[in-house]
This record gives sequence, structure tokens and C-alpha cells, in this order.
Amino acid sequence: MKIYTNSVDIEWYKQRLIMMVFIVMAAFAILVIRLFYLQVIEGEEFRRLSENNCIRLQSIDAPRGLIFDRHSEMLVDNRPAFDLSIIPKDTSNLNQTLETLSACIQVPPEELMAEIKKYKGDLSYKPILLKKDIGRDLLAAVEVHKYSLPGVFVDIKPLRHYIHKESAAHLLGYMGEASAREIGGLQYPEVRSGDYIGKFGVEKIYENVLRGKRGGRQVEVNATGQVVRVIDTVDAIPGHNVILTLDLPLQRKAEELLKDKVGAVVAMDPTNGEILAMANSPSFDQNIFVDGLTTKEWQDLLSNPHKPMVNKVTQGEYPPASTYKIVTAIAGLEEGVIDENTEFYCPGFYKYGDRIFQCWRKGGHGHVSVVKAISMSCDVFFYQVGQKLGIEKLAWYAKGCGLGLPTGINLDREAEGLVPTISWKRQRFGQPWHSGETLSIAIGQGYNLATPVQMVALIAAVANDGVRFKPTVLKSVITAGGKQVSSGEHKITGRLPVSKEVLDIVKKGLWEAVNTTSGTAWIVHLKTIEVCGKTGTAQLVSRKASDEGIGSDDPRHLQPHAWFVAFAPYEEPKIAISVIVEHGEHGSSAAGPIARELIKQYLLNEG
Amino acid sequence: MFDRRLIEYFDWVLLGVTLLLGLMGMGILYSAVAAGEIIPNRVLFIKQLIWFGAGLVLMFFSFLINYKNLDRWGIWLYIASIALLASVLVFGKLVGGSQRWLVLGPVTMQPSEIAKLAVIIFLAKYYAKYSNINGMSLRELIKPFLIVLIPFMLIVKQPDLGTAMLIVLIAASMTIFVRIERRTLISIMSVCIVTIPLIWFLLKGYQKQRILTFLNPDRDPLGAGYHIIQSKIAIGSGMITGKGFLKGTQNVLSFLPEQHTDFILSVLAEEWGFVGTGLIVLIYLLLIVWGLNIAHGCREPFGVILSVGITSMLFWQVFINIAMVMGLMPVVGVPLPLISYGGSSVITTIISIGILININMRRFMVD
Repeated sequence: MKIYTNSVDIEWYKQRLIMMVFIVMAAFAILVIRLFYLQVIEGEEFRRLSENNCIRLQSIDAPRGLIFDRHSEMLVDNRPAFDLSIIPKDTSNLNQTLETLSACIQVPPEELMAEIKKYKGDLSYKPILLKKDIGRDLLAAVEVHKYSLPGVFVDIKPLRHYIHKESAAHLLGYMGEASAREIGGLQYPEVRSGDYIGKFGVEKIYENVLRGKRGGRQVEVNATGQVVRVIDTVDAIPGHNVILTLDLPLQRKAEELLKDKVGAVVAMDPTNGEILAMANSPSFDQNIFVDGLTTKEWQDLLSNPHKPMVNKVTQGEYPPASTYKIVTAIAGLEEGVIDENTEFYCPGFYKYGDRIFQCWRKGGHGHVSVVKAISMSCDVFFYQVGQKLGIEKLAWYAKGCGLGLPTGINLDREAEGLVPTISWKRQRFGQPWHSGETLSIAIGQGYNLATPVQMVALIAAVANDGVRFKPTVLKSVITAGGKQVSSGEHKITGRLPVSKEVLDIVKKGLWEAVNTTSGTAWIVHLKTIEVCGKTGTAQLVSRKASDEGIGSDDPRHLQPHAWFVAFAPYEEPKIAISVIVEHGEHGSSAAGPIARELIKQYLLNEG
Repeated sequence: MFDRRLIEYFDWVLLGVTLLLGLMGMGILYSAVAAGEIIPNRVLFIKQLIWFGAGLVLMFFSFLINYKNLDRWGIWLYIASIALLASVLVFGKLVGGSQRWLVLGPVTMQPSEIAKLAVIIFLAKYYAKYSNINGMSLRELIKPFLIVLIPFMLIVKQPDLGTAMLIVLIAASMTIFVRIERRTLISIMSVCIVTIPLIWFLLKGYQKQRILTFLNPDRDPLGAGYHIIQSKIAIGSGMITGKGFLKGTQNVLSFLPEQHTDFILSVLAEEWGFVGTGLIVLIYLLLIVWGLNIAHGCREPFGVILSVGITSMLFWQVFINIAMVMGLMPVVGVPLPLISYGGSSVITTIISIGILININMRRFMVD
């Protein structure tokens, strides 16, 4: 006790505490007096000021952020829309006002009355929307008669406008009215009922970036609802602008090349994962979503057999066909079941057990090594590599190459494709694996499934010395004033499970496929650019069942899908492309030329 | 080991007042967020409930520890809070132009709240050791000055002038409580009078704006004066009995600024009138006088000074907040303890009250 307090004892503190209680009492007395003054003495006056019959709050919508391509070419902007609203309590005579109005805008008064009736029971000072987006002519008519239309006013609202109709529709996405689930949720805290929010594509993924913050205006109005004074304005904060990695000229070229076909094209910068083009055919016009579309329009879009609402690049799953041979070659060389000089003889078929596996080329390829096998796409060679590897090893390499897993591209609902394994088959079908199935898997048929974006990521990694980048569509986010907020990230997701030496052998095969006359993609070769690529022809009817061969006279929907994956130039690649044309028959003839034209445009700047 | 007197001396009044204020706060918060369509209302309400519950749980666990241990832990708590304040300037989340929040996984916390408590504990330890009947000399005040200065500068830098000033006011109250030598007091006051005008030049634009607006609210009714005018209209229009629960119109139209945080009392005053608001003010008075009563009952200096420090923290927050919303003071960001929305504030307040209860529980344990 002594050491602690020196000469101070506890009684001394107690005296000082009593003094403190008095100070506190005095301070609280001030608060209560002030409260009494505000609420009791001046209360009446403040009550009058707070009555809401003369003060209104008008909402100011924030302009949504714009979307640009990588060269700052505008893709999406906003246009003003004029919405006609009415506050029934402000009209001296509702029926008369509606009649005058109906003459102005040529809508029968009954129809307008019906809109108001919807809100009956809550006929307050809340504005009721009569007609959306009335256009400039009707706006002029309403403005002229403004003084005989008490209670009627026009709201200017920014509406979304997609400048290049149908272009990159699946990437940009579209907007729709927020659902009840989206309104209460944590994801979009500021969304109110009736708001439009992004539902698909970039509009959805970057919703919180694009939206901005709603503002408001507190106004005093007179008896007819005309604003006499603006008391306060809280400005809306415009949303941020989004700059995509998309190259609009390349995108348009891709769409032009895909016209009248069903399929998809995706182009990527192999050195950083930036998506340069993402085209789908058929496409759709996003502008029809802006004013809301009818149930029938929506049903038509959904029931179209060519699935225009699906982003085939990220959501379309196809057998990768011969493009998969890149994986088989890597696995075979890495595991040592073959080396660069190992040759197999291809007589045009391969006998395994009691089954005959055909090579696509009836006459066979003769003696082939791995480079020739890639360039001529010899099935027999890869049957034997696959057989020596076994399904589990093959699946391990396929997963290492990014198949069977989402690439992580910043778009929603990405499909993951399928890399079949023994345990997968047991779970899925309850059946054991047949070793013959491994042979089909080795040439990319069977249960294999891959999306175009997975394939472009794979060929880009091959081009980029095995370094895998996450595909991305975001270049940067800037404020409406042009200040940079953030930039898109270039994320390395891993390496292909392959050494430099092996990769060089595979690349040589890809080079020969395009640049030698015996290669399957000779049609793609260019004089000035060394393109490397791999064709693929995804059989939709099992080859065994149609031993007679698939002729071009088969019905269209049984025609195989055509694949082509490529990168260019051979040294220091700048672009990687994956093309799929549904029922396009051959990879070389249907898909190859599309890639060739895009490479030409991108690297040589010629159409 | 366990002393039955711990329960015998348990302060049920303080716990009851805490729960009562919390309950009333929930009601007001419900009304405040129910109206503001902009805010995801249920989420805020539930979060506040969770924080309140978490604070109570922490409080009950803290009863197991003798508050006298804070004497030894004070220095570490202080160092930790300084480290947190420094890191908030580096890693902190930027909200509305100031960097006050630290994001740790799912939890966002405000280190300045912890610093407040750390300064109180550290100062209590120092004054308990050095206070004497003649009061503190200038030399003896150098250390307390530094103890306050470091967190003060770090918090000003965020910038959060409200909390920084609060720490100074709390420290000043504690210092005056242990008494300052007459000579020293006179010299400190003369220095203050000279330096206060200089501070004006250090303030940020919006801070100057608020003070000017406070001195003359009509100067800029569309801009900075808006908060004060709207708040006064809301409070005044409540009149004697209020407009009724969920019936506030200023609130409904979302005219009130920060209606669920610093300005929550306006919502209360509009809906519950003079009767309800006066009642709340009296409950706060009870809380504070009770805190001083605990100091009065304590029989060792550290406990006395610690409870004075905590009580003065509660007092200043209540006083500044209520005076601010009623237009008696410039707008500074100080929440109303236990009622304003905000996890850091709720939890710190409950823990502080927990320490008061702790001091009261152990008042029989004098060495």
C-alpha cells in the first residue's frame, strides 16, 4: 500500500470523485435543456418543416460504366431514355389530366388508368411510371403541354446501348431486372427492386464495378407538384469504366468468318493470357434485353437448337479430337514410352485384341515418328502410344495440361470439360474400364470433352515454353474521369508437365503440320508468318459403327465437328487461337482457314 | 480458489443498464435501417446483434481474470495497439477518404478503438504510481504526454479527428482527476491558448468546413450544413411523444445522414419524442454516475483511476455524440456507445463496462 500511493490516500480520491459527479450532472443538464428546447419549445416549427407534403426525394440514377476494347474503342455506352411518370395526388383532376396526356402521347386514357390502378391502396406521393422510353417526339409534345399536366413529369434515365450489335454479345453479356434473391443478398448491397443489373458476361462479373452509386435530390414542391426549390442534391457517382483485352477489329473479323456457321473462336495472347477475341455463332442482339423482352422472345432464344445464348467458348464442351494428340505426344515422350526417333508402321488400321481401330487415312501413313505423326495426325501412331501409357497416365498429363478443370477465366458458369479415368467411369456408369477405350482417348475421342478456351490455353502454353497463363478479359478499370482504378492481372497458373526438349519436338510437329505439304493443315500456311497448329475432327458417330466411312452425304447433324488450334509466329508467338465449327466436317477445311485469316489480320494488319 | 464474494459483489445494475441500452439500440437500429432502402437492412441488424453477443461473451470470460493484471499487461497492450495503428496506415482499408479499418479475414476492426482503452490502462498504471496530494508536476507529465501523443498522431493521420480528440479528452480528464500542480496547470493552459489557433491551419478542408458550418449552419444549407439542419429537424419534429416506432419521416426519406451510425439519436428523437430521448439520456447518466460510484467503492489507486478513465471515455462519447446531433457541437465522427451501429465500438464499450464490473467484483481484495 505504501509503495503504491505515496502520500495519496483513498479518501483524497473520493473527494475528487464527488466533484466529478457534479461536472457530469451539469453537462447532462445542458443536453436535456437543449433537447427540451428543440422538441418542446421549437417542436411545432420543426414538425411543420418535416411534414413530407412539400419535400420530395427524387432519385438520380448513376450512369453505368462504359465498356471499351483494348484500343479504347467504345463497345457499350448509355443513351438517355425518357420515362413518363405521374403523382396522382398532385393532379387536381386525375381524369382530366389523363385525357390531356393521352391526346399528347396517343395512348388511350383507359390504359394509363390501368397503370395507376395497379398501385391502388397506396395512392401516395410516390411517382407511378406510366410509359417507359417515350422517345423525343412524344417528349416534345408532353413538354409543350406541361402546364395543363399537373402531377405529370418526365424522368431522364440512362439506358444501356450496345454499339456493335451482336458483336461479342456473349462476352459483354446483358442486363435484366434484379430478382428478389439478388435484391436481399450480400452480393449487390445497393440494388433495389426494379433495378437492372448484369445477368451474364462482363456486365454480370463486373456489376459492382460498373454500377456506380445512386444519388438523390431533395426538392420542395408546390401544390401542383412542380419543383419550386431544390433543397439539396447528392450527386450520383458514375460507375467505373471497364477496358477489356478484346481487340475489336479481330473480334469483328472472327464473327464475319463464323457467319452462317455454328461454332466459336477464341484468340489469346500466349505471353499473358489476355483474350483478344471471343466470337460465337449464332449470336444475339443484347439491345433487346434493354427494354425487357417478352416471354416468347426469350423462349425462342432458349429453344434455338444452335443455342445462341450459350457462350460456346467457355461453356461448349466438345470431344477435342486430334488436337488432343498434343497431350498424348507430351505424355509419351515425357514417360519415355517413345522418343523422338521411335517409329511405328501405319497400314491404315491398328489391330488391338479382336478389334480393328481405323486410321483416318485409309491407305495408312507408312513408317512415322512422333513429329510426322503430329503433322499428319496419324491415329495408328497415337493408338500405340496411348496403349503403352495406359489411361491413368494419360489422364494425369491431360489434367496437367489444363483439361478437365476450369481455366479460371473471369466469366461466369465456365464448363470444366472431362478427362475420363478408371474411377470416373466406375462412378459414372458403374462399369470397369476397357483397355480398348484408352486407344480412343489417346486420339481425343471417347469420353473426352474440352472447351475452346481450355484448348486455347493449352496451345498458348505450348507456344509460351510451357508457362500457363490464366485467360483474362480485363485490361483495366478506370473512373469516369479516366483515372486508373486497377489493372487486370496476368496470372501464371502453372507449367505444362513437360521439359523444354520434349516441347520442342511437339512444336516441330505442329510446325510441320502447317508448313509442309504433307501436313494436315497445309491449307493454313502463310508466306510471311510461320504458323504452328493442329487440326481435329471430332467424330459424332463412333468410327466402329460406321466402318463404311463417313461420307459428305451423311445428314448435317451427324457431320463431325471441326477443330483447329494454332499459334503464330513460331518464334516469339503473339497469338494463340482455337476454333471450333460444329458439323464443319474437317478441321483443316472448315476451321483452319478461319484461324489463318485471323492470324493474318492480327499480325499483318490485313483483312 | 474461487471466492464466493465475487458473485456477491457482482454489479447487476451495470449489466442491466448495458443490456437495456443494447435492447433499445436494437429497436432504433431496426427503425433506422428498415427505412433506408439503400442499405441491406436485415444484414446490418443481424451483424449488430452478433457483435453485441460477442461482446457479452468476451465480457463474461474477462470476469475470470483479475483486473489488476491489466497493471502488468498495460505496456504490452499499449505497444500492440500502436503496432495496429501503424499497420492500419499501411494495410488499412480506405473508406470515404480515410484509412481506419483493418481487415483480418472476415473481421474488420478499428484499431483506434483498442488504442483508446490501451491509453486508459497505461495512464492509470502511471498515475497510480506517481500521483500525490500536490498534483503532478510538469516533469511528471512528460511521460503521459508522450503516451497520448503517439496514438494521437497516428489516428490524426488516418484521419479520424473525432477519435483523436476523444483520446486527448479522456487523458485530460484522468490527469485533472489526479490533480495538476497549480503552476503547471497555468503554464499548460497558456500554451494551449496560443497553440489552438495554429491547429486551424493543420485541419483538412472538410474539417474546417464542419467547424465553420457549426458556427453558422445557414452558411451552406445545401452542402455541409445539411447534416445539422436535417438532424435538428428530425429531433425537433419528434416533439413530446414522438411520431411512433417506424413512423419517422425524415428517417424514411433517407434524408438523415449516417442514420444508423453517428446520427442514430436523431432517429430515436424523431420517433420517441422528448419522453423517450430524455429517458435514454437519463439511462446514460445513470451509467456514468454508476461508473464513478464504482471508483468510489474501490480501495486501491489503480482501480480508482482505471474506472475514472473508463467512465470518462463513456461520458465524452455520450456527451459529444448527443451534443453533435442536436447542433451544439461541430460534426465529429463519434458513435453513441451501445446504440450506434458498428462492431468495434460496441465490443470496446461492452469490454470497458466489463472492466468496471470486474473492478467492483474484486473491491474486497485489498492486499
